[in-house]
Amino acid sequence: MNPAALTIAQARRRIKAGELSPVQLVDALESAIEQTDPQVGGYLSRDYQRARAAAETADINLPLGGIPVAIKDVINVEGEPCTCASKILEGYVAPYDATVIRKLRNAGAIPFGRTNMDEFAMGSSTENSARQVTRNPRDPERIPGGSSGGSAAVVAAGEALAALGSDTGGSIRQPAALCGCVGLKPSYGRVSRYGLVAFASSLDQIGPFTQTVEDAALVLQAIAGHDPMDSTSLDVPVPDYSAELDAGVKGMKLGVPKEYFVDGMDPQVAARVREAIEVYRGLGAEIVEVSLPHTKYAVADYYIIATAEASANLARFDGVRYGHRAVGAQDLADHYGRTRGEGFGREVKRRIILGTYVLSSGYYDAYYLRAQKVRTLIRRDFETAFQQVDGLLSPTSPVPAFKLGERMQDPLQMYLADIFTIAANLAGICGISLPCGNAEVDGKKLPVGLQAMAPAFEEARLLRIARAYEATTAG
Amino acid sequence: MSAPHLDVRYVANLVRLRLTEEEIAEFQPQLDHVLSYIEQLNEVDVEGIEATAHASAVYNVFRADVPRDGFTREEAVANAPHSGNGLFLVPKMVEG
Repeated sequence: MNPAALTIAQARRRIKAGELSPVQLVDALESAIEQTDPQVGGYLSRDYQRARAAAETADINLPLGGIPVAIKDVINVEGEPCTCASKILEGYVAPYDATVIRKLRNAGAIPFGRTNMDEFAMGSSTENSARQVTRNPRDPERIPGGSSGGSAAVVAAGEALAALGSDTGGSIRQPAALCGCVGLKPSYGRVSRYGLVAFASSLDQIGPFTQTVEDAALVLQAIAGHDPMDSTSLDVPVPDYSAELDAGVKGMKLGVPKEYFVDGMDPQVAARVREAIEVYRGLGAEIVEVSLPHTKYAVADYYIIATAEASANLARFDGVRYGHRAVGAQDLADHYGRTRGEGFGREVKRRIILGTYVLSSGYYDAYYLRAQKVRTLIRRDFETAFQQVDGLLSPTSPVPAFKLGERMQDPLQMYLADIFTIAANLAGICGISLPCGNAEVDGKKLPVGLQAMAPAFEEARLLRIARAYEATTAG
Repeated sequence: MSAPHLDVRYVANLVRLRLTEEEIAEFQPQLDHVLSYIEQLNEVDVEGIEATAHASAVYNVFRADVPRDGFTREEAVANAPHSGNGLFLVPKMVEG
C-alpha cells in the first residue's frame, strides 16, 4: 500500500515495526503530492528537503514520531512563509514557531507544507485565496469548502496523513465534511492560539484534519493543553484521548436539535444524517429531540462579533513592520489607505468595513453589544441541551460541495454555508465532522458530513461518540 | 423603520482602507444586504441578559515576571518592507 495513504495509526505501527522509515514516508508523500496536487491545488508551498532532514533525525519512539503534518498558511512555522493566502503578507517569513508547532515537534511530528485557505480565514470555499484555486478532490468543478480548504483537500486526496487548520465559524468542520475527511474543532481554550494569525480572537481555535477519528485523537493529544503564551488557553488537565475511544455509545443520550433540519437543506444530506442517527440508535444510544431555539440568529450574531474582532485584529497590517507597502505615499493617511487597499482582497475589505461599522460610535450598542447578549442566549441553549443529553448530532453543512464561482457574487449566501457550525464557536464547545456517506449530484458522489458536538472540554466524549459511528463503517 | 444603510465610502476612510470606485459600487449593496439580514437580531428580547465577550472568560491572567530573550533587532525588522540601521523606516509624519 502507498504509505502516503496510510492513517497515522497505521504508519506509526509500520515505523515502529521497522517496515517503514520516516524518510520513506516523506518520499511517498512527495510522489503523491507531485502526482495529485497539480489537479487539487491544496498546497501553497512545500519543502521536501527540509522535511527529509527532519525525518532523518525523527525520534520514532515519540507518539507522532516521523509523521508529517500539513499546516494551514495561518499558523507560524519558523523559517517558512506565512501569508494567510493574502497579498498583504507576500514574502513574509515566520520568525518563530506557533505553540502547536512546537508541540507537534515535541511529539515527533514533522510540520510540512503550507496549505491554501480563504484569505485571513474569511470564507467558506477557499475561493477568497489571493494565491490559487483549490479544487474538491471528489469533483474538480467544486469547492473544497473553507476556510481551511487546502488542509481538508490534501488529507482527503491522500497528499497528507494529517493537517492542521483553524476554525472560527466552521472552517475546519465544513471543509472536512465537503471533502470527506475528519475535522475536529476543539473547545475554546483547549489549544493554544499563540502563533495563529488572529481573525476573531474570541472564536478562533486550531484543530486537526485526519482520515480517522483515531488519528484526530492522536493529533489533539499532541497539541492540546495550557500555554502561558496564550492567556485564553485554559489550565485544564489533558486526558488520554485514546483511552476510551472504543467504549461505545450504549446508554448514552444523544440529542438531535430540531432547528438543524431546516427547509432548503439538501434532501440527500438530511437523509444521510438521519441514517447515521439510526446507526447510533442501533448501537444502543438513546436518541432525543432537543431544541436550540436561538439557532436561527447564530449567523447574524457571528457576522457582527467576528467582523468586529477582525476589524481590530487586521489594524496591525499597516505596511510598516511587515507585509506589503504601497509605493510613493504622499502622507501617512495615504500610506495606510493605499497599503491596505492594495494588500487586502474583497472579502477581507467587506468584513473590515462591516466590523468597523458595528463598533462605531452610535452603533455599538445596537449591533455589537446586542450581539454579545444574543451570544449569551446561544450559549445557554447548549447548556440547557447538555443537561438533558451527552452529545448532539446534526449535519455539518446544509449542502454538499457547491460549484466554484456559484456563491462568489452573493456574500450572504456564502455566509449561510456555515449555518450549522457557527453556534459551536459562539458557545465555545467542541465539535467534529466525520464522513457519513455521499450525495449523488450530476453523477458525482459528494461527501456528506455528520457533526457531533459535546460540552466544552469534553473532547474525549466527543471522539468516543464519533468513533462509535466510524467503527460501523470502517473496513 | 427605514432599511439599514452603511456608508461604505465613509467607513472605509475611518479604517484607512482606500477603495476603488468599482469596489464601492460593488460593496454598497452587498453590505446593505448583509446589514438587513443582521437586523433580525432586533427580534430577540435581550432585556437583562449579560453580554458574552468570550466563550470561557478568564480574568487577570499573570505570568511570572522574569526576563527572557526576545527577537534581536535584526530579527524584529527582518520582515519590514523598509528598514535601515535596525529601524523601521516610515513616511514623514510630522510637518515642519
